[in-house]
Amino acid sequence: MKYARIVAIAFLVAVSLGCLLADYIAPASYARQFREEPNAAPSRQHLLGTDDLGRDRFSRVLYGTRVSLLLAPAAALLSSLLAALIGGIAGFAGGWLERLVMAGTDLFLSLPWLFLLITVRALLPLNVSPLVSVAITFALLGCLGWAGAARVICADARSLAHSDFVLLARASGSDGFRLLWRHLLPNLKPVLYAQFWISVPVFILTEANLGILGLGVAEPLPSWGSLLREMESFSTVSGQPWQFVPLILFIVVVSSFHVVLSKEELPA
Amino acid sequence: MLLGGLLGATLVRLAPGFGVDEEELDSRLSKQSIQAMRASHGYDDRLGVFYLDYLNRLAHGDLGTSRTLDRPVAQLVAERFPETLESVGLGLALGWTLGFALAIAVVMSRAWYLDLFSSLLAGILLCLPAAVMALLFVVVQAPVRLLLGLVVFPKVFRYSRNLLARSADLPHVLTARAKGLGNLRVLLWHILPTAGPQLLALAGVSVSVAFTAAIPMEALCDIPGIGQLAWKAALGRDVALLINLTMIVTLVTMVANSFSDFLGKSSRTAA
Repeated sequence: MKYARIVAIAFLVAVSLGCLLADYIAPASYARQFREEPNAAPSRQHLLGTDDLGRDRFSRVLYGTRVSLLLAPAAALLSSLLAALIGGIAGFAGGWLERLVMAGTDLFLSLPWLFLLITVRALLPLNVSPLVSVAITFALLGCLGWAGAARVICADARSLAHSDFVLLARASGSDGFRLLWRHLLPNLKPVLYAQFWISVPVFILTEANLGILGLGVAEPLPSWGSLLREMESFSTVSGQPWQFVPLILFIVVVSSFHVVLSKEELPA
Repeated sequence: MLLGGLLGATLVRLAPGFGVDEEELDSRLSKQSIQAMRASHGYDDRLGVFYLDYLNRLAHGDLGTSRTLDRPVAQLVAERFPETLESVGLGLALGWTLGFALAIAVVMSRAWYLDLFSSLLAGILLCLPAAVMALLFVVVQAPVRLLLGLVVFPKVFRYSRNLLARSADLPHVLTARAKGLGNLRVLLWHILPTAGPQLLALAGVSVSVAFTAAIPMEALCDIPGIGQLAWKAALGRDVALLINLTMIVTLVTMVANSFSDFLGKSSRTAA
């Protein structure tokens, strides 16, 4: 398992570097159309051929990977920060505040998140640019994904709040905010890191689902969701196996995250 | 449930595009025309009034009218909900049968090849978005109702395998094995009762997972259930329909979670 984790980490680093350097590696812009070559087969000029609008598929895969791989961690960071704030304060304060916050968290968890997500996503302004649409999509994921992590962090904060070193800190005169900032938060870091990394593949999968349903990132900006949407026209895809490359890359990247996280994940 | 509806309605109401139609993008329309168009939808500016009005109509059995389909929401839900319930029920039955049976087989046999095969299968399925699975099902013309089973299966397998493995390593289980108890008796008397409450909690969660996956499945496989309805409503910005569907699914998942919690507490009390 140790070697599998090393291979998975190396693969994720390589893919991340590849998509970060997309501006230098990609043969064309993700939006540039080669109108005389729609649905072209792989060639020296177009390594993965072109899509039905004549756009270079290899470039779109690189840029789409960049969108998903950079913004999913950003959304995970947002949801982890929200979870740390809400769960940390509730667990540290305890009493009625903890009960109230946890009741709210349970309520949030019971909401069917994909229903809520497509509802809010569908009600965003119609005339937003692709860049704003991608930011909004991942910001929504971050804002709606904090509840599960908040429960875990609250439980940890509660046990830390009753630990000996916090009692000693209290006895030596540390007040509430100082206790929270200097003693509690540093000890919550491992749980926060775990929750952050667990959220990343979840958000990648969610964006892909939204993208395939036509509710994700707006064209022409590519993301894994919009790239996988090409599979809708499977009758043409099946005769052109290179169109499966985004799907294979997607599966390998998400699997790599799962392999890396195999130590962090806990039973229900 | 009502608070859940309020939360959903609040998020929807605060969305910047609430009450905005595609027709508003028509540059020929004046500001007055756009305001008149918005007013014709009957949405109140104040969230409290919006929600109270909705509750008032709900109390009278009026779920409103779908703007895109021009039909009463209650009628649409009554027509489509049984279809989704059937898919979700079948999916849960398949996912739990497959996942739980494999988890038991892996933990009891301790065969590495079975563990490797099951973990690989579950791992691959966990990496596939439900929407991609739906597309693949359409292409290979597989029975699409089984799709939810494949979405539920990996989650059930991974969690129940971990739970059962942890229970199987407890000292009292080792003692029972040392005393010569058979596999079946160890499983039924010692392992399952320990893992029972958490497995029941997992059962509650899996209902929510199945309903969530029903959206892409029904949308892409053309199954006329509430998932497809929600997708069409989202594309058509049909607020009344979306809020009602969210509330109904919230109600179903809350009932499932409460029921599994109740069963879990009862089993703990009995133990």
